Amino acid sequence: MNDLTPDRDERVANLKGLGCSRKRVEDARFTQGKGNYIDDISLPGMLHGDFVRSPYAHARVKSINTDAAMALDGVIAVLTAKDLEPLSLHWMPTLAGDKQMVLADGKVLFQGQEVAFVVARDRYIAADAVDLVEVEYEELPVLVDPFEALKSEVVLREDLDGQTEGAHGPRKHHNHIFTWEVGDEAGTNAVIDDADVVAEETMYYHRTHPCPLEPCGCLASMDKVNGKLTLYGTFQAPHVVRTVASLLSGIEEHNIRVVSPDIGGGFGNKVGVYPGYVCSIVASIVTGVPVKWVEDRMENLMTTAFARDYWMKGRISATREGKITGLHCHVTADHGAFDACADPTKFPAGFMNICTGSYDIPIAYLGVDGVYTNKAPGGVSYRCSFRVTEAVYFIERMIEVLAIELNMDAAELRRINFIRKEQFPYQSALGWEYDSGDYHTAWDKALAAVDYEGLRKEQAERVEAFKRGETRTLMGIGLSFFTEIVGAGPVKNCDILGMGMFDSCEIRIHPTGSAIARLGTISQGQGHATTFAQILASEIGIPADSITIEEGDTDTAPYGLGTYGSRSTPVAGAATAMAGRKIRAKAQMIAAYLLEVHDDDVEFDVDRFVVKGAPERFKTMGEIAYAAYNQAIPGVEPGLEAVSYYDPPNMTYPFGAYVCVMDIDVDTGVTDIRRFYALDDCGTRINPMVIEGQIHGGLTEALAVAMGQEIAYDDMGNVKTGTLMDFFLPTAWEVPNYETDHTVTPSPHHPIGAKGVGESPHVGGVPCFSNAVQDAFRPFGLRHTNMPHDHWRIWKTANGLGLHDT
Amino acid sequence: MTKQIVEMTVNGETREVMVEPRELLIYVLREQLRLTGPHVGCETSHCGACTVEINGKSVKSCTMFAVQAQGAEITTIEGLGSPDGLHVLQESFKEHHGLQCGYCTPGMITRAHRLLQENPNPTEEEVRFGMAGNICRCTGYQNIVKSILSAAAEINSASEAAQ
Repeated sequence: MNDLTPDRDERVANLKGLGCSRKRVEDARFTQGKGNYIDDISLPGMLHGDFVRSPYAHARVKSINTDAAMALDGVIAVLTAKDLEPLSLHWMPTLAGDKQMVLADGKVLFQGQEVAFVVARDRYIAADAVDLVEVEYEELPVLVDPFEALKSEVVLREDLDGQTEGAHGPRKHHNHIFTWEVGDEAGTNAVIDDADVVAEETMYYHRTHPCPLEPCGCLASMDKVNGKLTLYGTFQAPHVVRTVASLLSGIEEHNIRVVSPDIGGGFGNKVGVYPGYVCSIVASIVTGVPVKWVEDRMENLMTTAFARDYWMKGRISATREGKITGLHCHVTADHGAFDACADPTKFPAGFMNICTGSYDIPIAYLGVDGVYTNKAPGGVSYRCSFRVTEAVYFIERMIEVLAIELNMDAAELRRINFIRKEQFPYQSALGWEYDSGDYHTAWDKALAAVDYEGLRKEQAERVEAFKRGETRTLMGIGLSFFTEIVGAGPVKNCDILGMGMFDSCEIRIHPTGSAIARLGTISQGQGHATTFAQILASEIGIPADSITIEEGDTDTAPYGLGTYGSRSTPVAGAATAMAGRKIRAKAQMIAAYLLEVHDDDVEFDVDRFVVKGAPERFKTMGEIAYAAYNQAIPGVEPGLEAVSYYDPPNMTYPFGAYVCVMDIDVDTGVTDIRRFYALDDCGTRINPMVIEGQIHGGLTEALAVAMGQEIAYDDMGNVKTGTLMDFFLPTAWEVPNYETDHTVTPSPHHPIGAKGVGESPHVGGVPCFSNAVQDAFRPFGLRHTNMPHDHWRIWKTANGLGLHDT
Repeated sequence: MTKQIVEMTVNGETREVMVEPRELLIYVLREQLRLTGPHVGCETSHCGACTVEINGKSVKSCTMFAVQAQGAEITTIEGLGSPDGLHVLQESFKEHHGLQCGYCTPGMITRAHRLLQENPNPTEEEVRFGMAGNICRCTGYQNIVKSILSAAAEINSASEAAQ
């Protein structure tokens, strides 16, 4: 060492590796309007596609006349199911093992369903032509209620009529899709029937929509000269889209290039394959020129990938002291017209069987019945791992209802039932192995941070003041403790369309000591270009600023299953670390050769290999990289590259403790979130700044869902919330400041101990906001009321409890 | 449909475009002038992703026909900052993690720019109210508000130093 050698701390700081709040490398582009989103891409001669959509929720299509549309100057083609049928593309397979009409084949099953696809010179002409397509419909009875659908004689899916076996087992009725059961029903019922205390509740987790600010879209370009199809689009899983496109079109996979450019938010909306993609590809193949399709906001809300719509019936039992003894859950799941849920194949209700939550529940049962109705297909995981928001909302509401039944404090009830630290790895009654956790520490820290006892005291005083007529404002204390299950997943039990849910990273170190890494995932705002470089910087000793991260181009990136379900860090992040370790292993051999010592006599130190016991003798990673390309090293191939395909041994289980303090005006139903405290444990923290940003955003989407956001239908199947006038997206005015906090319980099986965080705040946030509303009315006898808690519904709750009586 | 010529000043340059009367300003900016910073998020004037500045006012450019911009002075996100570097607001959004997917960001910063012209020293409440026409789905606004307040402080201290 000499005076010019930076000290170790300085060298660590230079890397901008794990744990530092590195500023995002994406932002210089985005803040200058230099992002490159799907609708920013323009190719020479590009045509525009637009859909004729059904105004009816259920109708027979008697005829389609495209003459007037075709006669319009600038219209190139109008595709209907008849045109797609010879290619067998009038229907397409869904991710859930069902099939979905690409264009209406004889009938329509939901309002907004795709009926014909117009291709025109520009978007205005396309819209004009859409109006000129004449479609004759014969209306059919509409079913929007899944319980009625299961009793009705009306057959929604005539294509499946007579099929008693579906993709997930027997179908009990012509509008029934599947029954999925986990756990021991007889045993659970026996425990609950004999229990000291039983609480029962039915709750509806309403239908909503991820609604990213950028809608879905794609641009298909078929090059007829070289036979290659390039497909740009808002795809959260570009590699899977390539495989699906190949299987559907018959074009060999090496002749298809799928590119996800910058994506303007996804939240689950951009996982699925939509008719617009299929029609654009067909139109480009037919016309030989690029065809773009970008949906507008109404199309987005009405047709592409809703979330939730679960009717959940729960029974929970406990001893008089509050120790939970059993849990029974039945779900009636409204999947709409086609089962297009985005779940791993073996999990038709996603990971709903995480519904025992953070609690040590000895026996449990979950049954889910999927049902067809005249609503849009979808069932994606909106900012959550597969159906985990539903599961956590269910258990966190059941805990509150049980607390009422026991006349007990809900915080204490949670505490006495948490899985204890020493029980990890913990086998849940419904089949999961929770990898790690320390729930009591997190809970105690959260309750202390908000002065929980003080809040309860204040609340009691408020109730008294209210009863004395001194105030018309009630106070709610919302609690939630959640355990997520993310990072799907082990290939042994998780696949999508048969593709195992591994992920990947490929690294190339350049001769001058900088690097590029490509991953099978795709950022939609999570900041992968920033954070994955940090993982790598710490693993290979090259500064994050000298590492380019690239994703989303299937011609260059290694195959991966994409970004959703908080799987990027748990799976691709692990692949990144593992590939980095391969680089490091080779670098060690090179360093030893250069230092003329045995491989085992050098060790890695931040950004270099040093001779053990002689730190003044070292080779930096920069020197090693150069040597890899300019020296013949006996027994070592030239170059410095590595690739890792990572199949995680287990999911990761982030958790957190949230507290919301809310004031509610009883006479108007207006709510004011006075305080929101969020403690998250996502294991090893890669970039605290990015983590906090994810938490703020997830909580805000939770606020939206809990407090007003819904996709509502009338009895005729008309969408009542198809624009941003009716569909609630909070603005800066409605959103509070959040207090964030953390504990760190690293995942024992993840290479760097990270667990994923993007969806935790949504999963934990929804029950927390909802519990705050319900808690405010608990002293007046409220047990449960369904979300969303908009002002009108809160007013109705208050009114129903007699709080407006003078 | 008959097209007509519209002349406007965009980011300091005189631009002439041929448009149909029904063409929205946002599409003319994006597709004819290739200023793809402003985005389309709703086409119903709710989300603010298409916000630009017209004659000293924040305007959602999906809510206006291009022909209505005849003679107008327009600034888009591409007109903030300079070849030498980012505008204070752009720097501040980067510094305080005021963006994630980046889709709302151009409209958000363009609106914030006008807000600080209207009110150079806003309170947090004034920022939240003044930005309520711009929706962000990613950040929860906390860091956007922080970015704007910080930029305001920086602009004010720079102008005090200049005096």
